Amino acid sequence: MAPRSSIAFLLAFAALCSLQLCEVSDDLDQTKSEPEPFTEPNQVPVDEKLEKPGEVPPIVSYSDPIEESHDDKQWQATEEEAIAKPEPDEEIAPLSTFKDDFKEELVLRPLHSGDIYASFQFRTLWDTDFLQGKRVSHYHLFPKSLGQVISKFSVRELHISFTQGYWRTMQWGQPYLPSPPGAELWVWFQDTVTDVDGAWKELTNVLSGIFCASLNFIDSTNTVHPSASFKPLGLGNVTDPRFLRYAMLPREIVCTENLTPWKKLLPCGTKAGLAVLMKSEKLFHSSFHSEAVHIRPVCQDVDCKAPSWELRQTLNVVFDVHTSGQGKKEWSLFKMFSRTLTEACPLASSSKVYVDVTDNPQGELFELLPASPLLTQAVVLGDRRTYSVYDLTNKDTFGSTRSLNLLVRWKADSGEMVRPLLHSERYVAGFGLQTGEIHTLIYNYHPYRAFPVLLLETVPWYLRLYIHTLTVTSKNKENKPSYIHYQPSKDRLRPHLLEMMVQLPPNSVTEVTVQFERALLKWTEYTPDPNHGFYVGSSVISALVPSMVAMDTNNTQEQPLFSSFFPCKEESSYFVRIYTEPLLVNLPTPDFSMPYNVICLTCTVVAVGYGSFYNLLTRTFQVEEPSPGLAKRLANVIRRWRGVPEL
Amino acid sequence: MGLLSDPNRRRALTNLLTRLNTPICLVCYVAGLAWFMGLAFEPFTLRTYMSENAMGSTMVEERFPAGERALATGREFAAHKRKAGGMPVDWLVKTMQARGLEVYTQQFSRTLPFPDENTERYMVKGTNVYGILRAPRASRTEALVLTASCSEGNSNHQAVGLLLGLAQYFRNQVYWAKDIIFLVNEYDLIGMQAWLEGYHHTNITGMDYTPLQGRGGSIQAALSLELNSDVITSLDLVLEGLNGQLPNLDLANLFYAFCQKIDILCTIQGKLQRSDWDTPSGYTHAAQTMMLMVMKQASGRSWGDHGLFLRYHIEAATIKGINSFRQYKTDATTIGRLLEGMFRKLNNLLERLHQSYFFYLMPSLSHFVSIGYYMPAFGLLAVILLLKALDLWVQLGTPPPGTEDGVAGVEPASSPSVLSILTPLVISHMTGAALYTLPIRSQEMAVEHFPVSETEAVVLTAIAIYTAGLALPHNTHKFLVGEGTEKGWKVLKLVALLYLAVLLGCTALINFSLGFILAVTLVPIAAFVTPHLPKVVSTTIMVLLSPGFTLLYCVFVYQELQEAPVSLGEGWILYLSVISQGILDHSLYGSLVYPLLALFVYPCWLLFWNILFWK
Repeated sequence: MAPRSSIAFLLAFAALCSLQLCEVSDDLDQTKSEPEPFTEPNQVPVDEKLEKPGEVPPIVSYSDPIEESHDDKQWQATEEEAIAKPEPDEEIAPLSTFKDDFKEELVLRPLHSGDIYASFQFRTLWDTDFLQGKRVSHYHLFPKSLGQVISKFSVRELHISFTQGYWRTMQWGQPYLPSPPGAELWVWFQDTVTDVDGAWKELTNVLSGIFCASLNFIDSTNTVHPSASFKPLGLGNVTDPRFLRYAMLPREIVCTENLTPWKKLLPCGTKAGLAVLMKSEKLFHSSFHSEAVHIRPVCQDVDCKAPSWELRQTLNVVFDVHTSGQGKKEWSLFKMFSRTLTEACPLASSSKVYVDVTDNPQGELFELLPASPLLTQAVVLGDRRTYSVYDLTNKDTFGSTRSLNLLVRWKADSGEMVRPLLHSERYVAGFGLQTGEIHTLIYNYHPYRAFPVLLLETVPWYLRLYIHTLTVTSKNKENKPSYIHYQPSKDRLRPHLLEMMVQLPPNSVTEVTVQFERALLKWTEYTPDPNHGFYVGSSVISALVPSMVAMDTNNTQEQPLFSSFFPCKEESSYFVRIYTEPLLVNLPTPDFSMPYNVICLTCTVVAVGYGSFYNLLTRTFQVEEPSPGLAKRLANVIRRWRGVPEL
Repeated sequence: MGLLSDPNRRRALTNLLTRLNTPICLVCYVAGLAWFMGLAFEPFTLRTYMSENAMGSTMVEERFPAGERALATGREFAAHKRKAGGMPVDWLVKTMQARGLEVYTQQFSRTLPFPDENTERYMVKGTNVYGILRAPRASRTEALVLTASCSEGNSNHQAVGLLLGLAQYFRNQVYWAKDIIFLVNEYDLIGMQAWLEGYHHTNITGMDYTPLQGRGGSIQAALSLELNSDVITSLDLVLEGLNGQLPNLDLANLFYAFCQKIDILCTIQGKLQRSDWDTPSGYTHAAQTMMLMVMKQASGRSWGDHGLFLRYHIEAATIKGINSFRQYKTDATTIGRLLEGMFRKLNNLLERLHQSYFFYLMPSLSHFVSIGYYMPAFGLLAVILLLKALDLWVQLGTPPPGTEDGVAGVEPASSPSVLSILTPLVISHMTGAALYTLPIRSQEMAVEHFPVSETEAVVLTAIAIYTAGLALPHNTHKFLVGEGTEKGWKVLKLVALLYLAVLLGCTALINFSLGFILAVTLVPIAAFVTPHLPKVVSTTIMVLLSPGFTLLYCVFVYQELQEAPVSLGEGWILYLSVISQGILDHSLYGSLVYPLLALFVYPCWLLFWNILFWK
């Protein structure tokens, strides 16, 4: 822990210094070069890529270099290349130096519903390789807690997300990074791991501790190994699902106690950079909140000779302007986060804020203050979007107030949103506590293209799926899935896993239905609130959706972080993963005040029954003189008393 | 068991039971009735109390301010409704969208089996409009519903206005943990049925509807709002749902608690509660309230839009504004605050409402009779059937001592053949089946041959079949088995008694009121009918206590209890419309009272009728 604490100290010191310096001098170069103690050798001096407002960078849009724009606004050059290039030269640096790299960015997207989507991404790259059996004891920017976890459990890829709320695709469009309500964890282990289940169990418990979450509730009853839906996102081509574990906890409530450990993983903590905006009380005062950690091996450089570890921390929040703004359509960083930006994280090689202004080319929809001179384009989710860029490493971004408080003032009601091409819905049909039917509707809104999707359903064992009732229909016709992988459940051991590949006809709704029977649990198996119902996790729909514009397949170029998470292999389509709603299903529930009554009743029945049977079995029957009736006996008593002969 | 294993004591016990059978039966009957009437006496009942912790201790503040604006919206709605000549769908969609809801519509159509003359509906085609307020940071797993119906006849626009006002107010609050669905349903119950079937993707009544696009997960509770009069003095809580189902008592408790808190005059069955329980008039008042509930529950109808939710295990109640207490006035803001409070508490629920009672009667809003208290009343009536059956069983088991020599020759014939029992059973059930199926099927033929409307045709066919059934059985069994024997009718009666006991027992478990009312009328005839009674008197009594007449009495008693007594002629008209409503309720919403009466109770009564004419 020593390196971490010393870094923390240095960070605090650096933050303090930079603050002071900000106050005394406006000289950018000085500020940037000041925090000597932690500037790594491989970090390129910022001056090189600094954009002075006067200097017009070459008009290059890296997503589409041919197209040249002659707007009065300047297009941002791909200055990241400048960072990428010097790196090979630094290869010869001594081993003791760190080659970690940290980038942070915030994307703000005004949504058509009037809400604001804020997506933070922090990427830490760590050039090390456990695979060769090297023991790593030195951590720089990469959090040691996670580094130790991936080395100890031989994790190849780890994806974990905590989400509170449901992403409303039809109002908000596709998110940059999808996540299901609750907690989701999927891990690819190295193919050297022999006891995957054991490693998985330990790993979930460790992660549970790291993130203060109930991940320890992941056990064999909610773990599956999907065969096709979750491919590794990083380097490597082992796709044997034996090394994959996937689990979802739809009931997990996400709150500050999960956010705090997540924030601690950041090199700057919440002391500097974009992370200063992360005030819990604001982040959780929102319509949607999702935080995630993704670890995967990526190429170290363009040549891809050596792997390096990438840690991506993402935080997606949707702010409801309606409730907070009391109907007034105006928002600013301060309103959303109760903070403004004053500096970049000094450890970050890049720190940027992007605002999606695609729908607002002439400023007729909203007014963005302060206006940014920089624009960039990126192809995200099949669409070419335009962003205003604010580079926090540039002193001028903060202006004379030395703080950046982006403000958007809506001028007109936003028009209709372009419908997302893929959308889904799920619900439980039927009534009563015996049977039911799960309906999953998948909408393809593409006017003329059909495309296949992979549907993954994980259903707990206590809903017994009648797999023979599985039907897939599109446009009132049966739609035979081209691939079905079904693993039946085992009571109390493992869930149902249903994976299938379905071709969605253009402009259609495909309905997948399967009936189930509700099991009667043992009375100790009920949750403490059984009448709340039992959750069934979201289904996962993964698809390669036809793209409206050519996707950028050139992975070597630097792209904004939010557009480069899912590797893109073809130009004509892009990868989308969507999650359906989780389901809440009521199971037949006994009245839990009953056990007491039942005990009393059974005891009584046993006592009475046993007593009588015992009586019957042990009694000897014999003919007996009929005893005189009660009246006669009474009369005899009186007669005896009177001295008269008895009757 | 010790008692029964001793043959002497067993004999003594059976002797006692057979010898004192009739007095015991009489005592039981009187005791059953007395017990039932005693239920309305306040010291015998329990005070209501909130069982659900999540709704009890947490305090909520009601701040809904915009009652006047809601009324204005209601007037606007009324204007648009007039202009559109029905549901102003576009206006509603736009208004709900402006309030920040996700809005969806659902079209439905339904052709009734025969025209409904009360509401003048035959081919119904309508649209439901609903808006979902998505709870922030909730994952669409739970929802609450607020509904207001909009039909041609009713003037429920205040409720719609309030619903929209609440939607606007709720939208700006951050504390929602469950989605809230605001539903304006057309053609009240039919629209509601279409929406519920659409939401749960079922089709049990042959409704034609378009599938729903948006859902909010499993619905936890629903409130339906009916504000039909312009001036509202008090709020009435309607609980009785389809097939006599009731929502969890905690929902009633919640309503009562908020009425107390906000100081709104609240009623149940349109009756205020009184504190003078110890006076005769106080008792009568409570008994009236309870009897009204019994009548409504026994009818098996849904007495408000909420009634259809109950089938889906959704706790629901209707809140109805009534105008009958002149000196009070309740404004829209207050009603809005009441609803806000109730919704906030329902929003706090961690589990479905399940803590409190599902089976209860309410002699007033603050008191209730639980199933443990009212079941003995029914049990005392049902035990008569068992005692009589025991008596018959004993009689059948012991050879009659007086006729030993005469019977000796016919001994083998004296054990009645299965056929002689089966024939009346089959015939009476076939009559029942005819009563169930023919009225609707033969309406066209009836309309062709008689100068009546379809509705009248259906009702009159039903009555005709019912009456024809009286003529059928006592003639038929002779042809098949020849002369009926003394033992024959006893076996038949034994079967009929046990049949009735099981039938009433099952009915009373599901719908106590229906079971009890049927028991009160059917048990005496079941107990005392024999072929040896004076024919004219016993026939009259049997007919007067038949299920059809029971229904007629119920109509009059209900009107009496409503303090709207009707003359004989009006009563008859009402009776006919009740029959048609019963048949319609069955085919539209799946109410089970009509099939129960036609397929089981009436045939069972026919068996006793058969015994009366046993030769």
